[in-house]
Amino acid sequence: MKHWYMLTMVGQDRPGIVAHLTKALYEGSCNLGEASMMRLGTNFTIMLMVEHDGPLKSLREMVAPVVQSMDLHLHIDEIRGRLHEHLVPNVRISVYGADRAGIVAKVTGALASAGLHILNLESDVGGSAERPIYIMHIEGQAREGVEVLRSALAGAHTAGDGIEIRLEPVDTMMG
Amino acid sequence: MMAAVLEILTYPDPRLEELAQPVERFDDSLRTFIAELEATRCAGPAAVGIAAPQVGKGLRIVIVDVSAKPVHPNHGRMVLINPEITEWEGLAVGREGCLSVPDFTGNVIRAERIVLEACDPYGQRLHYRCEGFEARAVQHEIDHLDGLLFLDRLVSRRNDLFRRKVYK
Repeated sequence: MKHWYMLTMVGQDRPGIVAHLTKALYEGSCNLGEASMMRLGTNFTIMLMVEHDGPLKSLREMVAPVVQSMDLHLHIDEIRGRLHEHLVPNVRISVYGADRAGIVAKVTGALASAGLHILNLESDVGGSAERPIYIMHIEGQAREGVEVLRSALAGAHTAGDGIEIRLEPVDTMMG
Repeated sequence: MMAAVLEILTYPDPRLEELAQPVERFDDSLRTFIAELEATRCAGPAAVGIAAPQVGKGLRIVIVDVSAKPVHPNHGRMVLINPEITEWEGLAVGREGCLSVPDFTGNVIRAERIVLEACDPYGQRLHYRCEGFEARAVQHEIDHLDGLLFLDRLVSRRNDLFRRKVYK
């Protein structure tokens, strides 16, 4: 019987990890669903939906040679697949500032209390080691409206605190 | 009589990639088809535009109507035959979805302001200046006439630039 699994892997980044992994899964007759693969710092990270006709143990054995040869950490969960149920974001928030503790907690705390459901969050640390810059993009659903979010951010954020925030409605054009 | 609702083609139907041909005869059969195309647009999930190739008709016909979202400047319902964009100005990133690509939306760069020439269903010349959301819809629909989907124009979410703005 076919099952969906969430396969999570992390390890030191190097070229070829995705190709090795997906080849092993293809040869094992797996079907891939949605995935996020990203280099975070110098680490390779992947979260991958895999549909496999067999138990978790056999999926683990299938990817074991890749895990070993690429020196990765592996974690697998059985999940419900539930594809084709995308939520469409109606707001986008971009934040940047000199990197310091608490930016994400402050911003996301204010947004959550004002009804934001985060669908996607990506962040980078740029700048230099001496002067790092934190950059974050969030897309989500403002369940209580975009203006409620705007007020919440204004309340959580004071002029001169060094954080730049831009909030804009996302009005999806369906054609 | 109610106009028939037509079947929407979805990717990867090869007919969505074909170049649509100019309309040459502005007759009753054209106007009947336009009524069906509009009925099809309205039957779907909140579409603000539709193009003839999306229902398998290889002719240069689109309908755009963003008036259901009155926050955006608009010209009401525009039936555009043989449309051509003659001027472009500015660029903006915006989110798009498509009746022919269910359950996926993505960011696309479009001109912010356009000037548009077209004919109406009787062959009379039309001239529009569109901006923002309406201009985006027109560009998305005219792409269908050239065999292009918004999938061909996706840009990354991650590295979008943004204007400097501070909330005070």
